[in-house]
Amino acid sequence: MSNIATVAAPERPAVSAALRRRISYAAQAVTGYVFLAPSLLVFAVFIFYPLIKSIYLGFYVSNPFGNGQVYVGADQYRRVLSSDQFHTALVTTALFALYTVVGGVVLGLLLALLANARLKGIFIFRTIFSSTIATSVAVASLMWILLFNPSIGVLNWALSLLHVARINWLTSPHWALFSVSIATIWLQLGFNTIVLLAGLQGIPDELYESARVDGARPLRQFFTITLPMLSPTLFFVIVIASIRAFESFGQIDLLTQGGPNNATFTLVYAIYRNAFFNFGATGVASAQAVVLFVIILLFTAIQFGVAERKVFYG
Amino acid sequence: MTAAVPALQTQTGTPARRRVRPGTIVRYAALTLAALVIILPVYLAMITSILPANEVATVPPHFVTLHPTFENFRHVFRVVPMWRFLLNSTVVASCITLAQLVTAALAAYAFVFLRFPLRRVLFFLFLSTLMVPAEATIVPNFQTILHLHWINTYQGLAVPFAATAFGTFLLRQFFLSLPKEILDAARVDGCGHLRTLWSIVLPLSRPAFATLAAYAFLAAWNQYLWPLLATNKPNMQTVQIGLRALVGNEASDPGLAMAGTVMALIPTMALLILAQRHIVRGLTGGAVKG
Repeated sequence: MSNIATVAAPERPAVSAALRRRISYAAQAVTGYVFLAPSLLVFAVFIFYPLIKSIYLGFYVSNPFGNGQVYVGADQYRRVLSSDQFHTALVTTALFALYTVVGGVVLGLLLALLANARLKGIFIFRTIFSSTIATSVAVASLMWILLFNPSIGVLNWALSLLHVARINWLTSPHWALFSVSIATIWLQLGFNTIVLLAGLQGIPDELYESARVDGARPLRQFFTITLPMLSPTLFFVIVIASIRAFESFGQIDLLTQGGPNNATFTLVYAIYRNAFFNFGATGVASAQAVVLFVIILLFTAIQFGVAERKVFYG
Repeated sequence: MTAAVPALQTQTGTPARRRVRPGTIVRYAALTLAALVIILPVYLAMITSILPANEVATVPPHFVTLHPTFENFRHVFRVVPMWRFLLNSTVVASCITLAQLVTAALAAYAFVFLRFPLRRVLFFLFLSTLMVPAEATIVPNFQTILHLHWINTYQGLAVPFAATAFGTFLLRQFFLSLPKEILDAARVDGCGHLRTLWSIVLPLSRPAFATLAAYAFLAAWNQYLWPLLATNKPNMQTVQIGLRALVGNEASDPGLAMAGTVMALIPTMALLILAQRHIVRGLTGGAVKG
């Protein structure tokens, strides 16, 4: 008896300590889940559920005789993927992405190189170069509507000084996509310049020092040092600009409404028209939305796969 | 490109050299030209908004005026409920910002300071929301808002954006850099997690919270697609959607449109000037070390 007691006595606190640890661990877990709950609830309702619902809706067509849905399976995806509207929209979106990414990144790099100097008053130029990050797509679009105005716009007035015939920037099918791209490039120039400038400033001075000791000329320095050292940043900017191009909506809606002659009818604009103006095309819009999701996912996967560190875009 | 190359020399050159070199003059000229081109749309919008009626829509355009007027601004308030638009935008952007600060702070705290099963899985779940474009979820989200009778309501405009994976990561990165000892001390003192977050982590993380707040407000104020779908009554529209009414028809008056545009732009420009550092850090996120 006494033997058992002497053995049990020291064990007692040990058991309760383990128990306490377990309770504390459980309490911490509960706190963790409670803290994550608000975010998870919002994500569940407004991101995960609608994403799954979009995939699901893509399998159905609206019943023209009522509000019911008819299951058509993967047929709708097949039909959407092979439809003329989808092909046109995809080509238009890809062209729009090409214009805005190439234009935006080249100009952004030029501005960043210009602003990457230790000069008096350089911060004023940096602020101006980055100012478009505060501009909304609606504000930018309204400004560019004025600039593009065929009779009173400043662009055609400047062309007239050069004795060039006026251009119908937004109403000509040949020019509309290009014009929307110009407005978009301007809008995104601030972001591109900021990120590329930060990238340039991250390149160690010593690299240029030793290059100059080796007698490398400025242009050679640009191609042997600046460009390779900047490539991760450049890559990041290109991926983000591509994603933004595929997601662009406001400038299309305000500048051209997808016209003229569907010249600016992008994938996102097609989703919007089918979902909200084309009765019974909810399924088509959903299938197109899923395709858009897959395209963005590919861009993100490329970014995550190539970039070593994690990259977050808001 | 050629004008830009001397920059590298200037940057790396010895600071002792004070003589103005031709390269510096060329660079200033190029900088000024680029700045003028970038600022032109904003400048023209501002000048057009204060032009008197007989100077708007002229060829050649007026780049300056001797007769500035606020008539265009008064006109905006007569045509659309502009105060209401601005109020709606302010309410919605403020609610989204506040909600994101709370939800992201709680989530980031949990990911950094608490240990629980499935933590990594849940973290990946947060990460995955960044890959879903908002444009791909508008149809079901619109239906959700419709069923909740949230069309034309502030909650319909704000609640879908009440949580942010981006903001959670931003705060998480900052929390990870906090000295562990302070938090351990707080725990020993018997602080609950909520109190530790509020009275220890929050005061230490002010810069990160400021970055998230500035970035969230700017993004919310500038939203376009969702407010367009979630409202159809002018009284509940945000200023971005309200601008649509000023360009709707052929006969729209540039002075009127630009006055509205300037009013929508002023708050974000003010925010940019006040919190440029924070917004830049928010925008560039993990792309570069800020």
